[in-house]
Amino acid sequence: MLELKSVGAGYSAFQALFDISLDVRHGEAVAVIGPNGAGKTTLMRVISGLIRPQKGAIAFEGRDLALTPAHRIVELGIAHVPENRRLFARMTVEDNLRMGAFMPAARARFRQRLDFVFDLFPRLRERRDQIAGTMSGGEQQMCAIGRALMSEPKLLLLDEPSAGLAPVIVQQVFDLVRRIRSGGLTVLIVEQNVQQVLKVVDRAYLLEAGGIRTAGTSAELLESKSIREAYLGV
Amino acid sequence: MQIFDIYLLEALINGILLGGVLALLALGLNLIFGVIDVVWICYAELIMIGMYAIYFLFTVYHLPFPLAALIAVAAVGALGALLHYLVIEPLLNAAPINQLLATGGVLFFLQSAATVAFGIDFRNAGIRLPVLNVAEMYISYARLLAFGAALVAMVVVYLFLTRTYIGTAIRAIAQDRQIMPLMGVDSRRVYFVTSAVGGALAGLAATLLVLQYDVHPFVGLSFGPITFMICVLGGLGNMIGGFVAAFIFAEIISLGGLYSDLEWGYVLAFAFFIVMMFVRPQGLLARRS
Repeated sequence: MLELKSVGAGYSAFQALFDISLDVRHGEAVAVIGPNGAGKTTLMRVISGLIRPQKGAIAFEGRDLALTPAHRIVELGIAHVPENRRLFARMTVEDNLRMGAFMPAARARFRQRLDFVFDLFPRLRERRDQIAGTMSGGEQQMCAIGRALMSEPKLLLLDEPSAGLAPVIVQQVFDLVRRIRSGGLTVLIVEQNVQQVLKVVDRAYLLEAGGIRTAGTSAELLESKSIREAYLGV
Repeated sequence: MQIFDIYLLEALINGILLGGVLALLALGLNLIFGVIDVVWICYAELIMIGMYAIYFLFTVYHLPFPLAALIAVAAVGALGALLHYLVIEPLLNAAPINQLLATGGVLFFLQSAATVAFGIDFRNAGIRLPVLNVAEMYISYARLLAFGAALVAMVVVYLFLTRTYIGTAIRAIAQDRQIMPLMGVDSRRVYFVTSAVGGALAGLAATLLVLQYDVHPFVGLSFGPITFMICVLGGLGNMIGGFVAAFIFAEIISLGGLYSDLEWGYVLAFAFFIVMMFVRPQGLLARRS
């Protein structure tokens, strides 16, 4: 479904990703784990088009994403929940969700999508007229994920959805990832919370210093000595 | 004493009517600044061009006034979009001072171009609207019309910003420009639309001002400074703050003018502005937290 081949990317001053090759198959949930500054967020951004690859190729269902204007990538079926949620903090929950349905195909189905998101997050239905920035961190994360789901994506990119949330809320976020998956959505998730994320995904890549160090199924990585020592603290 | 009260009430009402027009002037500038983060120093000169457009369409070519007004609004809207395309877009990531200098350059360009094209004559569209006599008070019909039209325009802009997808995107882009592609929004298009709306508001202001003022190449100087002060006093980019500040200024001008010349009203208003800059430099309602 999604395939990256030898992708290199970065910002004007420095290169953050080197020779990344990665693939996500239809219906899978895949995690990218690794330390701070490894390039995880850059990887998500290069897939959703916020930054453009300097080298290599990115294909989604056979389409070359490097040739697709950034604002058209969501139309292909890729929705990105960015790091730190990035809600429109001074707008209402409903306005935020409306922005998620901006593209013409989603506008036509706005009511249905809104019902879908509100059924997934009943809390958001209660708070639809509340200013997004005044909600709790967990509610804001739900709103950010709901906003991404408004476009009816095939692939959902989640960047650190558990960051800054209380443990009980973190648990809810991972439960949610499971539920979204069971609905047939393909998920690529970046997480620091390695222990938890490996329980909900099928496979994972370990990203270090801008390159993929290792990859494998969740079970393999949970068994791996180096991962256990470096990321699971056991 | 009885006479004085009537004058006071008349001045108050005229202040409210003036406030509506000033609020409309401030709205366009605030919209541009709040969304694109660029100050159109030449905003009042767009109004000047709009006033010329109506003068020629209505007085010289004898089009019906509503049609002339409609064409002027569309033309200045197009001019706003053109200004964005030619001047602002290439400078979007430049230092703010360079953006100011560039739009300041456009101000002088438009003034000079108008001088070359139309000369420095004061031209009057020749529309004589009656002065209404209500309960022994004199209320300018032109002002009343301008006030009504300004209020309607502000409601329309409000509905546009809150009820349409593109309007919601205009508010969203003011908060977070970087993630707009993730929403499927082409930021360039949103800026373009915003600039066209800002320009159209200047065009509408022109159609209202031409009822009361002569047109000449430097007429923008009569509206420009006060519009900027209103926006700054209200908190640059804050549309509600601009609305409130417009009425405060208008009442100071109107009531201040009551006790001597109208010019004294402006002197008081500018003095008030300077004092407020010491007291609340961020504006009455700060733009962002």
